[in-house]
Amino acid sequence: MEFTLITLLNGVSYGLLLFMLSSGLTLIFSMMGVLNFAHASFYMLGAYFAYMLSTQFGFWTAFFVAPLLVGVLGAAVERYGLRSVHQYGHIPELLFTFGLSYVIVEVVQLIWGRAGVPYAIPASLSGSLFTLYTTTFPVYRAFMMLVALLMLLSIYLLLTKTRIGLVIQAALTHPEAVEALGHNVPRVFMLVFGGGCALAGLAGVVGGNAFVTEPGMAATLGSIIFVVVVVGGMGSLSGAFVASLLIGILQTFAVALDYSIASLLANFGLMIKAGSPFFSLFNLTIAQIAPVMPYLLLVLILIFRPRGLLGVREG
Amino acid sequence: MSGMLRYQPLNLARWLIWGSFALILLLAPMVFKHGAALSLLSQMGTLMIFGLSYNMLLGQGGMLSFGHAVYSGLGAFFAIHAMNLATAGQLPVPVSMVPLVGGLAGMLFGILFGYVTTKKSGTTFSMITLGMVELVFACSLMFPDFFGGEGGISTNRVYGNPVLGITYGPQIEVYYLIAFWLFISAVAMYAFTQTPLGRMINAVRDNPERAEFVGYDTQWVRYLTLILSAFFAGISGGLSAINFEIVSAENVSAIRSGAVLLFTFIGGIGFFFGPMLGAIVGVFLTVMLSDFTKAWQLYLGIFFILIVMYAPGGLAGIFMMNVRLLKFGKFARVWPALWKILLSALVAVTGLIFSVEMLYQRSLEASQDPVISVFGVVLNSAHLSSWLLAVSLIVLAASVLYSAVRVFKPYGLRPILKSKI
Repeated sequence: MEFTLITLLNGVSYGLLLFMLSSGLTLIFSMMGVLNFAHASFYMLGAYFAYMLSTQFGFWTAFFVAPLLVGVLGAAVERYGLRSVHQYGHIPELLFTFGLSYVIVEVVQLIWGRAGVPYAIPASLSGSLFTLYTTTFPVYRAFMMLVALLMLLSIYLLLTKTRIGLVIQAALTHPEAVEALGHNVPRVFMLVFGGGCALAGLAGVVGGNAFVTEPGMAATLGSIIFVVVVVGGMGSLSGAFVASLLIGILQTFAVALDYSIASLLANFGLMIKAGSPFFSLFNLTIAQIAPVMPYLLLVLILIFRPRGLLGVREG
Repeated sequence: MSGMLRYQPLNLARWLIWGSFALILLLAPMVFKHGAALSLLSQMGTLMIFGLSYNMLLGQGGMLSFGHAVYSGLGAFFAIHAMNLATAGQLPVPVSMVPLVGGLAGMLFGILFGYVTTKKSGTTFSMITLGMVELVFACSLMFPDFFGGEGGISTNRVYGNPVLGITYGPQIEVYYLIAFWLFISAVAMYAFTQTPLGRMINAVRDNPERAEFVGYDTQWVRYLTLILSAFFAGISGGLSAINFEIVSAENVSAIRSGAVLLFTFIGGIGFFFGPMLGAIVGVFLTVMLSDFTKAWQLYLGIFFILIVMYAPGGLAGIFMMNVRLLKFGKFARVWPALWKILLSALVAVTGLIFSVEMLYQRSLEASQDPVISVFGVVLNSAHLSSWLLAVSLIVLAASVLYSAVRVFKPYGLRPILKSKI
């Protein structure tokens, strides 16, 4: 019971972090059709900016300023890079962001070095929030969850209740009509791209110190968030939410479970010996296949429900 | 009225081009005799097959795959196991046929994985291939028996009785084996572009809806193309297994897949020979440039972005456009602007390299001597004068470049490039 609850909480907080990343990716994708391959790189930039700012001005300044910086950078990338590639189609746009992810990793190493940086949890947020049976739950995990939920709420309100949100929603499906009504659609695109990058940056600010801040952090999360977006259904924000939680919980549980088919069969008195065929397959524990879980889920979803969990459009 | 009327004159240019390609493959080792150069040539050969097979997807089919190394890597693993089995006398496979084992293995996995990946096209296809490569890479670390864990699987390519005195011990014999397979594969892949399937995949790339209206199943067309492409990728994997005598998990990684994407696109996806140019550039960049500088990946990334933004036709596109100009005798009209662009770009790149190298020195080797030598120019990263030199080179060249590029604006260079994707 204790194990289940604590793992569930950890899984949800990891899933919410995934959602902070995938929400920006989904917004950008559904609006512009651009799959931002460098999205996880902006997450990394957020963490590094926050590290730099927090050593100078403290965590709370970094918390608000670093995402803004990342957002401005993202908007600049859209304005001066992506926009000129846009006319060639979606594949060159994807290639552009792919090249960008290469460059960002190298620039980060150029500025902050190849090893990780000591980006620590602030003192005001360290310590434990409550103790469940014997395991403590850190305050910072709860803070991460709170930030993600607040973010979810504010995106929802922004998209549905404000004027700019309505323009964005309209530009999603009918960009020409919106343009004809006198709205500057390229500027809306730039804002959405910058906003999506800022969300990734925010995820970096709160995720960088919960996990590690190092040049490899973009690559580790990068492919997972793509899985989230495909599993949730391309361009569906609520789908991304469900898929992030699902994958977050799935992975956290899988890492902690030390069972294999061999140990399961051993319960029924079937011993599998080292010499028998497929021994290595039977002897794999769930913890060992944890890294593969999201991708297996991706393959299964594609076979049985190709449009994703909550996807509506057949792409 | 028996049969259709056919008019097929002798295509002299095609014979000339393929003939000279064969001749170059034959004569290249005469020019580049050294062991290191021969090894480079061998690597280029395998990368050329890999790039050409990749271009069957990206160039011919518009399928941007982030996971093509899965097929070449798994092909390489099967090839190396076949060689080890052959050494143990359990499998009668001569070394010259090992690439075929790799090809068939690649094809098998193409049939298996392609069924899932080609369900989608466009951006979703790219993401699924990325998931696929991560899946295979993670699996490769889970099954150390087959994949050899961190260290990989190694072999010895000299086994069995020599045929006609060829043992495949010396590098030159391996080079000719690679050249042989490269020529066969290149001809086969070129022939593919002329088949009905090769034409249909172009149609599916350009207008999938219309292809469906004509009565073709676009998913099936993509699937078949991917299987064939995986076959040739497997051949290149088998050749690299022979060449290096070691295969590790890195061969099936997303990094390897990304590299072939970079090099193929830099070479140019709009022309058949583009990936070959890309392979030459790629081997130079990864093998030679990485000896000179730690920043080579940064240069590679920036170079790639510049190609995507300003020359989506790649190097082959740039080359062929200038050939067109020469053909119509209009080269004199662009030359005055072109030499300015080339010269100023060269100066700007020099300035950029100066500053990047000094930055790297400051961030990664800060404890060491701040004086570095780049292209024979002595720079001191602790001194303002060196930085001023680098920045002034960039600013000066950029201003000339800006004014020179404006000459091309009225001609609308970009729409021409666009038609090539």
